Formats: sequence, structure tokens, C-alpha cells
Amino acid sequence: MTDFAVILLSTILVNNFVLVQFLGLCPFMGVSNKLETAIGMSGATTFVLTLASICSYLVHNYILAPLELEYLRTIAFILVIAVVVQFAKMFIEKTSPLLYRVLGVFLPLITTNCAVLGVALQNTTKAHSFLESTLFGFGAALGFSLVLVLFSAMRERLAVADVPTPFKGAAIGMITAGLMSLAFMGFSGLA
Amino acid sequence: MIELLTQHPIIAALLALVSLSLLFGGVLGFAAVRFKVEGDPIVDQIDALLPQTQCGQCGHPGCRPYAQSIANGEAINKCPPGGQSTINAIADLLDVEAPTLDAEHGEESDVATVAFIREDECIGCTKCIQACPMDAILGAAKQMHTVIADECTGCDLCVEPCPVDCIDMVPLATSIADWKWELPPSSKEQAISLIVTDQRGQLEHTGEAA
Repeated sequence: MTDFAVILLSTILVNNFVLVQFLGLCPFMGVSNKLETAIGMSGATTFVLTLASICSYLVHNYILAPLELEYLRTIAFILVIAVVVQFAKMFIEKTSPLLYRVLGVFLPLITTNCAVLGVALQNTTKAHSFLESTLFGFGAALGFSLVLVLFSAMRERLAVADVPTPFKGAAIGMITAGLMSLAFMGFSGLA
Repeated sequence: MIELLTQHPIIAALLALVSLSLLFGGVLGFAAVRFKVEGDPIVDQIDALLPQTQCGQCGHPGCRPYAQSIANGEAINKCPPGGQSTINAIADLLDVEAPTLDAEHGEESDVATVAFIREDECIGCTKCIQACPMDAILGAAKQMHTVIADECTGCDLCVEPCPVDCIDMVPLATSIADWKWELPPSSKEQAISLIVTDQRGQLEHTGEAA
């Protein structure tokens, strides 16, 4: 039980995929302008990341490993992720057309979110069990959602702040992200 | 079979990837049928952006018929209750240039209003009842009429037919349901009012420090 808590804590805070491992930075910068879209994106990414880590675990352990084809895992995982994203897209289009329109182009772009592939690959290198893989993916998604929501809330404030002209827009966003990353470094040693 | 696979890893690799792709293709095909979106979502989306006053100022009997004809290529600038913000939202959705409001169909008002009948002046002619698209006016012939404020969308259509001009459009008071948190005032004024030393500097600049 403590193992699972440690995995969750480590993926959400200590080894946060965005701010400590610097994976999945494009949606982090791209969808964080508004809190509402950030929350939608977090939901979609959580769905995709968890499902993708489960599917890639199954593919790796029941198809690739018995056939000694581990070297194919990158391409197989990309295939899995693309399918899961497409599935999520159809699912969201059916269940919530509004969220579908808000997310727009970023929904298919989850495919190229390197955090998703990163989670799948780290699951195999760390030889996680099924439950551990699921938790690892879910924790990574929670960590991603946490920083995305925090960051978008800050950017909503930054939009009305008196920022010096050279730092306006993306520049101050980058600086803020850097400061957040520094703050998250403070969690190292927690688990 | 197993022997063949272990002796020729390339065949195993090909077989694994091809069967994976087939499997995933099957899953997606199933999902495409299972999660098929019915109806024309674009009409729903335009309808959601329109203000739902059902006022008919665009020349259509209601908001949904107008959404339908926008989807069929009608001009998007015929909705005075929605105003410029609605035009911009629809232009954004359809990815077209946002025109300004067509004055032929009415003018945009800044504040939301609701109709109010001065009841002692009302003669009970029922003309406003026939004009109301929302059935928000209650009354009978030769009886005093009144407006159900919750149903009234403030479309002004009842003002014109009234023979004694006893209908006023009164601005809607802010209630808990439509109260909005104001964004902090932007840029300089805010910074100056927050930071005491800046405030002093500002005063010195304008020569009011003494």
C-alpha cells in the first residue's frame, strides 16, 4: 500500500513530469491561457494518460515480451497512444460537444504529448507491475493537471498585471514556468 | 508455427505489428459507430451562441430557425439582442470575418431590460399579448395585463403595439444569479494604488505631494 502512495506522491510532486522532467511542455504553454480550457485539457489528458499506460503495459507484457520484440516498444507505444487519443476524441465529441470545441486542436495534439510516451517507456524500464503502471500513469496525469491548472490561474492574473513591455506575453509565461519549476525542485527528497 | 516465429524474428515483428494495427483499427471502427454524432452539430452550436430571446427581430420565428439559416449561409449580423459579442462569437465559430450589426434589424442595448406595464394605465387591449414571442404577458380582454418578469427577454416587441404607451423597458437589477466578479483594473493605476512608494512618486510627479 505504501508503495502505491509513494508512486503517486513521486509522480505528482517529486518527479513531476512537466516541471521536473520537462516532458509535455507544449500543452503546458499552449493551453494554459484560460483556466476553463486548462481544466478541460487536464481531464482529457488524465483520461488518455491512464488508459494509454494500461494499454501499453498490456501490449508490452503480453505481445512484445513473449515474442522477444521489446525493441519494437517505441513504435508499438506510439500506435497505442494514437489509438487511445482517437478514441478519447470520439468519446468527448459524443459526450461533451462543448469541451470538444474548447479543446479544439489540442485534443489530437495529446498524441504528440511526450509525457504520454514518457510514462509508457518509463513503465517498461522501471519494470512496473500492472497496478503500478496504472498508478504511475494516473499520478503523472494528476501532476500534469495540477501544474497546468496552477499555471493557467497564474497566467490569468498575469494577463492583467503590469508587466514590462519586453516581458509581455510568452516571455513572462516562460519565466513563471521556470520559477514554478524551481519551486517544485524543492520537493526532491520528499519520497 | 511457434518455431517459425522464433527462427525468423522479422516475421514475428511484422505479424505482431500488423495484428496490433488490425486490432486497434477494429476498436476504432467500433467506436466510430458507437459514438456517432447525430444531427447537425453546427446548428446546435450556433443556436447555443444565440441569446434565445426568440424575439424574431432577425426575421425568423425564433433563434433555432435563425441558427438553421445561418448554417445554410445567411448573414450573421441580424441579432440585436445578442449584439456585437454574439456576432463575434458566431464569426469565430464559422471562421469568417465578423460584420457589424445590421441596423435594419434593430439596435443593440448595453443593459439587459425587462418590460414593465404601468397597470393603472393599461386598457386591456391584448395587443401586447399577441406581440410577445415568449408568452410572458398575462391578461385578458378588458382586464389589466402584467409581465412575467422571469419569462421576459427584453426584446421590445410589445412596446410598439401598445395604443396607450403604458409599457416601459426598465433595466434589469443585478441579482445573485447574474452578478459577475470584476477583473482587477489593468496595469498602471492598479500598481500605483497598491504600492505606497509608487503612489508617493506619482504625487510628486504631478506636484501634489506638498
